[in-house]
Amino acid sequence: MSGRVLVGVKRVIDYAVKIRVKPDNTGVVTDGVKHSMNPFCEIAVEEAVKLKEKKFIKEVVAVSCGPQQAQETIRTALAMGADRGIHVEVTGKDYEAMGPLQVSKIMAALAKKEDAQLIILGKQAIDDDCNQTGQMTAALLDWPQGTFASEVSLEGDKVKVVREIDGGLETIRINTPAVLTADLRLNTPRYATLPNIMKAKKKKIAKVNPADLGLDMTSRLEVVRVDEPPQRLAGVKVETVEDLVSKLREQGTL
Amino acid sequence: MAALLGARRALGLCLSGRRRLSQLAELPETHQLLRQTCRDFADRELTPIAGKLDKEHTYPAKQIQQLGAMGVMAIEVPEELGGAGMDYLAYSLAMEEISRGCASTGVVVSVNNSLYIGPILKNGTEEQKKKWITPFTTGEKVGCFCLSEPGNGSDAGAASTVARQDGDEWVLNGTKAWITNSWDASAALVFATTDKKLKHKGISAFLIPMPHPGLSLGKKEDKLGIRASSTANVILEDCRIPLGNMLGPRGAGFKIAMQTLDSGRIGVAAQALGIAQASLDCAADYAHKRTAFGAPIGKLQAIQFKLADMAVAVESARLLIWKASLLRDSGKPFTKEAAMAKLAASETATFCSHQAIQVLGGMGYVADMPAERHYRDARITEIYEGTSEIQRLVIAGQVLKEYQP
Repeated sequence: MSGRVLVGVKRVIDYAVKIRVKPDNTGVVTDGVKHSMNPFCEIAVEEAVKLKEKKFIKEVVAVSCGPQQAQETIRTALAMGADRGIHVEVTGKDYEAMGPLQVSKIMAALAKKEDAQLIILGKQAIDDDCNQTGQMTAALLDWPQGTFASEVSLEGDKVKVVREIDGGLETIRINTPAVLTADLRLNTPRYATLPNIMKAKKKKIAKVNPADLGLDMTSRLEVVRVDEPPQRLAGVKVETVEDLVSKLREQGTL
Repeated sequence: MAALLGARRALGLCLSGRRRLSQLAELPETHQLLRQTCRDFADRELTPIAGKLDKEHTYPAKQIQQLGAMGVMAIEVPEELGGAGMDYLAYSLAMEEISRGCASTGVVVSVNNSLYIGPILKNGTEEQKKKWITPFTTGEKVGCFCLSEPGNGSDAGAASTVARQDGDEWVLNGTKAWITNSWDASAALVFATTDKKLKHKGISAFLIPMPHPGLSLGKKEDKLGIRASSTANVILEDCRIPLGNMLGPRGAGFKIAMQTLDSGRIGVAAQALGIAQASLDCAADYAHKRTAFGAPIGKLQAIQFKLADMAVAVESARLLIWKASLLRDSGKPFTKEAAMAKLAASETATFCSHQAIQVLGGMGYVADMPAERHYRDARITEIYEGTSEIQRLVIAGQVLKEYQP
């Protein structure tokens, strides 16, 4: 086993920012807006670095797809302990149209190229909430998947994953190579230490194009329109339960 | 022609440092990452508890350990000694972000980095560095700096704490006042007179472990602000330490203290800047949310002018701090710039926190909002590590030297 783990890290609008829709309703405003690493991707990086510290794996490779700024996100992963990075350059219209299908094709191609033992991704991104990339990547590679992981342990050439599901917790044991997606309670990501921030400067980030990997980035989806959620209207106070029921009936809610 | 050339040379001298001032518009990537990391830490770990720490006068032990693990407690210390091996600009950025979250935590970090570790790094033997710096890089142990006495603050040359040699030991007697970190420290850097006749040239520096026989602490001062950090007298009564605990040569104590404070004041300036920024954040946010006369108060010019003045003051102080840091990192003289940074930033902190309360109105006066804590925290920055009056003397001294006919 190569002992190499690929971790996908996505650059998204920071969770604390108030999102604004562009006046032409084609998307949200991203210019000049604070971006950071997707929180679930942070958890994925942390898990990979922990596995390396416990000597279960040998190398953590951080991967990000996007324009030049994606390198900042990779640099953050390097400062957290990843060994090297791969920046898959996707710009312009291709970047706007990039979604889980395109990213999973990229991850699958890189996994084969890098002979990865594991791919760890965040369970979803906080901008599109797709929750698809991990699953699609596993399908493209025909690898087993352990999604919504709240606990991961490597046991020889198998992985034991405790998954957070609607009914509670499900424990599965899958073969490697495998794809895992990180859920909120998997770990608490570390703060980058200052020495690691300094070391990150020297770690390598390789740049590749989807074309180099022989991939077609065409999207099957077209965004028709983006709107803000409807404004929350003021409520109405009623005196009695009868009033409440009749109002609900009036509204058609009951 | 000569004047032009002279000016260009002066500009060249100023800009030939490792980093050009023109590049200050954007910090180097490592420093941006450092700043973001410290900001995230402050937002998540400090801001939510700062009010409680202040109210209960609690030392932020857990947070200091976390900061130690990140390398923030020993930023300039080389990696071989356990530090982060970064520069003073990095330290200023870290201090600003930490203090923006919690000013008390900021002062603990500042004292450990600049006032305790700083002089040992510069003046200590290799053995002293390993013994007195390395254990103090992890956040488990912090140090304190004992210069001021009940009888002299600004008048540091008049130290009345004495140290006499007795065989193979130094014996110290006297009282030090206003010592930050005193109740939480594991070591003290103490300045005492070894030769009273030599006046300030007879002061030497000593390293004392804590606790230690002959060293006791006065009661914790009940301060207006930065209440989560302990401040107390350090009392020395026939306190005996080995001869090897002297830091630097005999009689060099005053020089060491002054050099230490020169650097330390950039750290305090950054702390004051953090408080000022936090006040601005608070006021600007409130200006959007609070409505009066049918609209958010941010629409009113009276409020807008306050926010503008606060923003200019903050940015000016920040650039002075960055310049002082860059000069120090380049090995150039920085005494004047450090004093300017400290003066500007501390007066900016009191100005901004004052105005923030004004913008918040009644809400600024109660503990529900952090504005009142920033007001109380800001006040000390104009006093410690060189009062604003002393800073003005230092700056004037440098200016007059420049114009010496």
